[in-house]
Amino acid sequence: MTILTQRPTAPLSHAPQEAQPQAPAHSHHPDARLFGLIIFLVADGMTFAGFFAAYLTYRAVNPLPVNAEYELELLLPAVNTLLLLASSLTFHRGSKALMASRMSDCRGWLLLTAALGAAFMAGQMWEYFHLPFGLTDNLFASTFYALTGFHGLHVTLGAVMILIVWWQAGRKGYFTPENHFGFEAAELYWHFVDGVWVVLFALLYLL
Amino acid sequence: MTTSAPPSPSLHRSSGHGDVQHHTPWHEYFGFSLDHKVIGIQYLVTGFFFYLVGGALAGMIRVELVTPLSDFMARDTYNQVLTLHGTIMIFLWIVPVVNGAFGNYLVPFYVGARDMAFPRLNAVAFWMLPPAGFLLLSSYFIGGAAQSGWTAYPPLSITTPAVGQIIWIVSVLLLGGSSIFGAVNFIATILKLRRPGLGLFQLPMFCWAMLGTSVLVVLATPVLAGALILLSMDIVAGTGFFNPALGGNAVVYQHLFWFYSHPAVYIMVLPAFGLVSEILPIHARKPLFGYRSMIYSILGIVFLGLIVWAHHMFTSGTPPWMRLFFTIATAIIAVPTGIKFFNWLATLWQGKLALNSALLFCCGFIFNFVFGGITGVALAQVPFDVHVHDTYFVVAHFHYIVFGGTVFVIFAAIYHWFPKMSGRLLNEHLGRLHCLLTFLGFNICFFPQHWLGLNGMPRRVAEYDPQFQLVNQVSSVGALLLAISTLPFLINVVWSAWKGAPAGDNPWRACTPEWLTSSPPPVENWLREAPLVTEPYGYGSVEDAMPVTTVRGRELWSAGR
Repeated sequence: MTILTQRPTAPLSHAPQEAQPQAPAHSHHPDARLFGLIIFLVADGMTFAGFFAAYLTYRAVNPLPVNAEYELELLLPAVNTLLLLASSLTFHRGSKALMASRMSDCRGWLLLTAALGAAFMAGQMWEYFHLPFGLTDNLFASTFYALTGFHGLHVTLGAVMILIVWWQAGRKGYFTPENHFGFEAAELYWHFVDGVWVVLFALLYLL
Repeated sequence: MTTSAPPSPSLHRSSGHGDVQHHTPWHEYFGFSLDHKVIGIQYLVTGFFFYLVGGALAGMIRVELVTPLSDFMARDTYNQVLTLHGTIMIFLWIVPVVNGAFGNYLVPFYVGARDMAFPRLNAVAFWMLPPAGFLLLSSYFIGGAAQSGWTAYPPLSITTPAVGQIIWIVSVLLLGGSSIFGAVNFIATILKLRRPGLGLFQLPMFCWAMLGTSVLVVLATPVLAGALILLSMDIVAGTGFFNPALGGNAVVYQHLFWFYSHPAVYIMVLPAFGLVSEILPIHARKPLFGYRSMIYSILGIVFLGLIVWAHHMFTSGTPPWMRLFFTIATAIIAVPTGIKFFNWLATLWQGKLALNSALLFCCGFIFNFVFGGITGVALAQVPFDVHVHDTYFVVAHFHYIVFGGTVFVIFAAIYHWFPKMSGRLLNEHLGRLHCLLTFLGFNICFFPQHWLGLNGMPRRVAEYDPQFQLVNQVSSVGALLLAISTLPFLINVVWSAWKGAPAGDNPWRACTPEWLTSSPPPVENWLREAPLVTEPYGYGSVEDAMPVTTVRGRELWSAGR
């Protein structure tokens, strides 16, 4: 897999005693893209960690007024959690299909993953419109919407990425079992977003 | 001796014989270049432009403080100037220059790579900087800039005019994003792009410094971004995360803010530590003392730097256990920092010092930073901190760290690497004049502020009690000297870039890989294969360079006799 360093400037027109036609380093530029993505996801995870820390601190030291204590409906978020976990599984199946070069299967799994993501977002929206509190009602309400909203933004972004990957997977030879960084990146990101949701679900709904 | 191409330490002064110079066309410096050297210089020049802007703002502050009354500008203008000064100096000058400029220029050389791991991401990270900077400056003209200081503490930041504060938040989020992209690039480059055969414990110290810094950026900066997103919701959407009037908690913002902004101190000084570790051995002609202990100190500072943030909050109602923990953790940071200082002194000890501008600025750094470090340990002690919190003592302390520390190193690094970047030497007379004026101006400006703080003059105010006037005037004279000190530097850089003496490939007879190529280097750094330098500090009078990992003080001292 060769990558990126495309040179904008003129090729090296150097003295004739340098008889090496191509410096060897050109041929094997190591691929650090997945590694870079992992570091970026660590950073993204720290944003969530900051939010979680703020939320837990609020719970510990900022008592809510009596009329602001809610029993959150658990059924819908639990179903949503299952949807999201299932979508990680379907993405993984898509990856398996890609490795076996069954591209139409792969695209089917991708579409199913995106659909599960969309269903999750729809459930989230339904919950938003039926909750007994609004964004600015109290500290818990604000924190609830900030956390789920920030996560929902990630899910939406991930679903768009999956659709892009789905479109790319339809082009012949775009992804091969050896060379499919875009696919891998979207998958890793999607698993990350799922993992964050599990923590978020535990903290917001179960704790 | 395991250094190849050319063999170290038989250093020769090559003068570019036969080498073809590859000049990067001038317009590439204004475009979306992917070359790490061009991006490094873009960072450096952009950062220096904002240094001049931030310096002008500092000048306005010092003019206002010449008299006890608020007579030079209105008080809310003073607040805006103060906020812009802090934000610009931190986010648009020091962080981008020590990380973006020198990191980008040097790290690919040091790991033996032809560019960073992600050149396009690198260019994107740089090009986030100018829009963010001009956005920040523009806020002054559209309704007034933010007025709540660079810390933007609520409820102050919620109650001051909203437009300026929101623009400030957007600008800092952009700069933070740029910083994170840069850090991802540095970590991937250092860990994944090393030339085959080059081990982690053979890297020049600056790589380790950048690795530690980038880890801090990745772990801490996103938390600030999160806090600023919540703060902007408080301002725009009317939530009450940090607004006690709406049941929120302002101290949570302080925790989130300082979880980034204390490591930010190390984001600003660790690369400077790395640069000093590169410059000192070359101009003292001795191996860097205590290579391994330097690395472990950096790692120790990174770890401790993440768990000391609440020492900024001793007056924010922190519970006693928290005060105890953060006091002790903060005091412990003095240990790895002290190790590094003794290592630098031991590097200088009995070296053949070339007292040029680069080394003089490094010595100025050592002097100033030790002083700032001592006041830092003092400030970590709760009883003392409660006494001087929010006074000019704190202002003096952190200026000794970021100005006396990092800015001195930036200048040292410019004197050291300008020949590599431009192919021409800077004028030494002007350089030493610059160093002398900066050192005098800096100390005259900031040393008296310790006294002001100990006697109770609060920071961030445009008016003060008349008994502080004389000392404030002394401080302002120092600031004037600092402003003047920039002139010989600017003249020097402009004149030398145009007509300076040709530097040759390796004017300092250095071993590190950036000097083993032409000045300025070709587009892909070396015409042939990247040199494998496994002993970046193989200097000294001994015939065979000693492996950097085994050097002991005893051997160095006996070698000097």
